[in-house]
Amino acid sequence: MLACCVIFVAVVPLLPLGLVLAERKVSAHIQDRVGPMRVGPHGILQTLADGVKLIFKEDHIPREGDKFLFVVSPYIIFACSFAVFAAIPFGRSILVSELNIGIFYIMAISSVIVMGVIMAGWASNSKWSLLGAMRSAAQIVSYEIPIGLGILSVVMLAQTLNMQEIVKGQDGIANWLIFRTPFTFIAFFVFFISSIAEVNRTPFDLPEAESELVAGFHTEYSGMRFALFFIAEYANMFAVSAIASTLFLGGWHGIVTRRAITLGGLLGVVIKTLFLVFVMMWIRWTLPRLRVDQLMNLCWKYFIPISFFNILGVGIWGLIFPKDSRLSIIISIAAIILGLIFTFGVLGKSLSKGPKPPPSSAERRVSATT
Amino acid sequence: MVVNMGPQHPSTHGVLRLELKLDGEIVREAIPHIGYLHRCFEKHSENLSYPQIIPFTDRMDYVAAMNQNWGFCLAVEKLMEADESREFEVPERAEYLRVLICELNRIASHLLSFGTYGMDIGAFTPFLYAFRDRERLLLLFEKVCGARLTYNYIRIGGVSEIIPLEPGSIAEQNLLDEIEEFLDYFEPLIDDYNDLLTKNSIFSERTTRVAVMSAEMALSYGATGPNLRGSGVDWDLRRDEPYSIYDRFDFDVPVAVDVPELGAVVGDCWSRYKIRMDEMKQSIRIVRQILAEGLPGGPVMADLKAVRPPKGEIYFRSEAPRGELGFYIVSDGTPKPVRLKGRSPCFSALSALQELSRGLMVADIIAIIGSIDIVMGEVDR
Repeated sequence: MLACCVIFVAVVPLLPLGLVLAERKVSAHIQDRVGPMRVGPHGILQTLADGVKLIFKEDHIPREGDKFLFVVSPYIIFACSFAVFAAIPFGRSILVSELNIGIFYIMAISSVIVMGVIMAGWASNSKWSLLGAMRSAAQIVSYEIPIGLGILSVVMLAQTLNMQEIVKGQDGIANWLIFRTPFTFIAFFVFFISSIAEVNRTPFDLPEAESELVAGFHTEYSGMRFALFFIAEYANMFAVSAIASTLFLGGWHGIVTRRAITLGGLLGVVIKTLFLVFVMMWIRWTLPRLRVDQLMNLCWKYFIPISFFNILGVGIWGLIFPKDSRLSIIISIAAIILGLIFTFGVLGKSLSKGPKPPPSSAERRVSATT
Repeated sequence: MVVNMGPQHPSTHGVLRLELKLDGEIVREAIPHIGYLHRCFEKHSENLSYPQIIPFTDRMDYVAAMNQNWGFCLAVEKLMEADESREFEVPERAEYLRVLICELNRIASHLLSFGTYGMDIGAFTPFLYAFRDRERLLLLFEKVCGARLTYNYIRIGGVSEIIPLEPGSIAEQNLLDEIEEFLDYFEPLIDDYNDLLTKNSIFSERTTRVAVMSAEMALSYGATGPNLRGSGVDWDLRRDEPYSIYDRFDFDVPVAVDVPELGAVVGDCWSRYKIRMDEMKQSIRIVRQILAEGLPGGPVMADLKAVRPPKGEIYFRSEAPRGELGFYIVSDGTPKPVRLKGRSPCFSALSALQELSRGLMVADIIAIIGSIDIVMGEVDR
């Protein structure tokens, strides 16, 4: 246990540094560029160079701002983003602590991040930062509900809050919780999209919308304080992806029952998590940003009803199939496939026609000399 | 609360300062303050001879500088037509080159507006795609006149001969081949960009039904170009008051229509943006017609000893990518104008911002500014 602690404390903070570089490379290739290439072979040491630069920057605290809150808020966000890792199992015995209330603890700790955000926005003494912080607080708090409800549907199936137990029940791909019922399949996507919103990533990055608020609640931060925000964001991304892959994608169980080679073990968890992180980055560099009211709309009018429906579905499923058997899994996978065909086939066809081409100039002529 | 947006801001397209009176997220009043890029262009030009003014026009709308050059040269040439003793004719070759280059510049300008609009709305990638394609165009412009952004290419009486392009030479053929190659590469990309951004549901939600400018409002504020056509008014100077040789070419003028599948109505931000995407296709059409005809031979510059317009005044307007670019010149027979005024299309369009943005949210302000497509160099001169 102690050895695991030491390893975690040593390794986990390095993850965001790698992710920052990954983001730059991924974004570059999506945008038809190459990204950092000079610092180290293919730019591998770029993050190191950035870190060194940020350490040397002037530590500027806004004169009229609340100094204590200004200083403390990055620490809160940083600490909470990393504390989540304590409960995530990365292997059969690679975890810091096997908490009985594992997933509940994770939800609770990640909720404290909102405090840090509000503090940062307030203490910056800038109306733009305040606006960004308010938006962010509203967004994070709202999207915690679909996340919680998504977790609830998983917990209802696994019948335990203990993360390690949840993973132990997912040996083999057919037992992955994402396929166990069609409702958890939906819950996975709701959970994943809501966690993108939790992490303030595009399309939900209005709080730090570069084009509007320069950088939202962390506009006034420079140097190492900003670096803490930055690192916390990537750690958070990795954490929520790790939680998603643990809860839904089988954690350290591979595709084949108990066979570590097929995406199992520590490597399996890391691969699944990194894949989800890659999807987050992919989405960020493809989609535009939602406006605040559209964001809230999406959460309260779409995700929360869908999440409630999911819980209802899982409950009914649990009544019909009290014990997961081959039959239930086959029915579930069949339902998932049918649902996908329906969504992409039938609905997709009617949506993909696109706008009709405009009529030619001869057909309409509004007089311009009114 | 009163918040200041700009003048330095990642998305006010230059140095525009907006004083926002906010009520939470809702904008009660958005008052634009301009003048941060004012360089006294009009006063300067009173001390310069007409050919010396052309580089200054480059720096007005620096994104579509060729069109600015052309607008000014057209005005001066029309003014000189009034005096028969000094009459001259712009050679055919120069006219073809002018249309070719200015339509390519229109594509470059609309590409930039597409890229920056995507970036304002939050999609960062179209910006890089737009600039990748714009880079190819800028390389072409560099081959033609030696400069990438501010060209000083279109001169009074023709085009500049700074990089000689002999009719029928290999250099000319190479240039035309490169232009054709670019068009073949770029035309299918417009459909790609439409799929990526125009039809994207998040983009549509951000821009459709936002800041609907009715046709009456557009006309009363003097909005022109894509802003006017985006409000449903079918008016394009290239077709309705043809200048140069535009009457020889066959092109459509896109005008906004309702698009119920995406929820777009005539006059909203999406329509204004879509007009620009469609206009790029029409510009490609015009350039292809020129390439098919080939450039006529002959000189590129009229035989003009000195530019000395007769006493008089003129207002001449042309269709720049951002709207109706007009130049009002008062001349008293000397080589320097008495008064030169540039009518900036962005200035008129920007004046509508205050009324358009009342009651919208802060994020919508960004969408409006991007859809109006302003370049502060032109607004402030």
